[in-house]
Amino acid sequence: MLNEDLKSKLVEILPLISFEDGGEWLNAYVPPEELLACVNQLRATPGFDFDYLFCLTCIDWKTHFTMVYHFSSTLHRHNIVIKARIDRMNPEIETVSHIWRTAEMLEREVYDLFGVVFRHHPDLRRLIMPDDWQGWPLRKDFEDPVNMIKL
Amino acid sequence: MIEEIGRTTEGDLIINIGPQHPATHGVLHLVITLNGETIKKVEPHLGYIHRSIEKMCESLSYRQFIYVTSRMDYLSSHINNHACALCVEKGLQIEPPQRAQYIRVIMDELTRIASHELWWGAMAMDLGAFTPFFHAFRERETITDIMEKTCGARLTMNYMVPGGVMAELHPGFQRDVERFIQLYKSKFEEYSELVTGNVIFQNRMKSVGVLSKEDAISYGCSGPVGRASGVSCDIRKLYPYDIYNKVEFDEITETEGDSYARYVVRLKEIQQSIRIIEQLLGNIPEGDFQAKTKAVLKLPKGEFYQRVETARGELGVYIVSEGGTTPYRIKFRSPGFSNLSALEHMVKGLKIGDLIAAMGSLDLVIPDIDR
Repeated sequence: MLNEDLKSKLVEILPLISFEDGGEWLNAYVPPEELLACVNQLRATPGFDFDYLFCLTCIDWKTHFTMVYHFSSTLHRHNIVIKARIDRMNPEIETVSHIWRTAEMLEREVYDLFGVVFRHHPDLRRLIMPDDWQGWPLRKDFEDPVNMIKL
Repeated sequence: MIEEIGRTTEGDLIINIGPQHPATHGVLHLVITLNGETIKKVEPHLGYIHRSIEKMCESLSYRQFIYVTSRMDYLSSHINNHACALCVEKGLQIEPPQRAQYIRVIMDELTRIASHELWWGAMAMDLGAFTPFFHAFRERETITDIMEKTCGARLTMNYMVPGGVMAELHPGFQRDVERFIQLYKSKFEEYSELVTGNVIFQNRMKSVGVLSKEDAISYGCSGPVGRASGVSCDIRKLYPYDIYNKVEFDEITETEGDSYARYVVRLKEIQQSIRIIEQLLGNIPEGDFQAKTKAVLKLPKGEFYQRVETARGELGVYIVSEGGTTPYRIKFRSPGFSNLSALEHMVKGLKIGDLIAAMGSLDLVIPDIDR
């Protein structure tokens, strides 16, 4: 499905969605509380069939976080980027790990490095950093006088 | 934290494999819950070689950050560099000269062969056969020699730069590669005699670590792991970059999804790589090896994503730019990370010896997973 077709179909089923220009793929913003409903639609709706979550990450914009989900469909070969702005002081979002199994470890990584809490995640623990580590390394305000080498 | 060796309340045994263990090929740490010899749970613990490459890249310029990425998947460092160079080029909207594109693809495929060679030797060693390791290294040595002559390095090449490649090919490049292909073709029979056709090897690989197509997609598996389960996921075919749309090669897929299928896919891929190199080697066009670029690169504000096919699967480079000379945020989608997440599902209910076979067939490179 082309970006334009995707866009018009998405607006029909998800009225709260908004779009961002630029980029080779369709960039869509959804409110964080609507994320689960949105991705459920993307996975289950025939014609969309976004069954492959190939990238899940977070961006620290200093005022807020943006969760970024890259989906593609192995059936129709189209791609979409779903984004959700979340509060930086109290970052929480619903997990998608029961829909795409790969998200379980990807979300643990995001939790570990950004401190985003994924609600209903089966096993949310630190993945890369040691268990007793303090702080969230990939946040922009993270300072570590011992381990960090500034260039 | 590292769990001590002990028993759970149900009487199951908890053991650690790694972080220092020959079968994990690096510093991967698996905590395994065993009932007798049957695996009930596999829990990977990562981070022993975490260097926070993503954070480091935030303070490096668009020319500098490429050198760090050679240290991610060190067995396909050319391809990592290629992905970053392509992503920066996408942002700058420049196209490298034809000659550079040919050189890049040849180098990528040589790297893929070298990586699969090493995996083949290590895979056999995991299952107790020591000799294949030396056979694999004998052929791989020829490739690293070629790399050394052109790039000056044998492992972390840092040869691809935004706009093309860093330097001209060394004078005898074509002859050297032809010689390698000849050597390799004469040895290929030896490979199947030594390992592939071996009954013990087949018994240990077939029906071990089965991953269905649906699960492979759900776990985000890519590369030979995905293709062995029947998922068509070769980025070179689906989203061709540089001159991959001009060369003829087959995407190898199998349907069984077991360790043996993953083994077969990789061996067949080596032959496809040779096919690609043969098509390109004699036809490298004359001209510049690098496009003219500014000394200081500045990417426009926006987001750029580039996917490439490394020896292990789909590598994604996601650059978020604020218009400056350094990336605001960079994310590497590493193939090994997703492939590893499928491990527990593959080996649950199998014996502990099968775990080693299944893990070997995943071809994990730990620095790529930890980043």
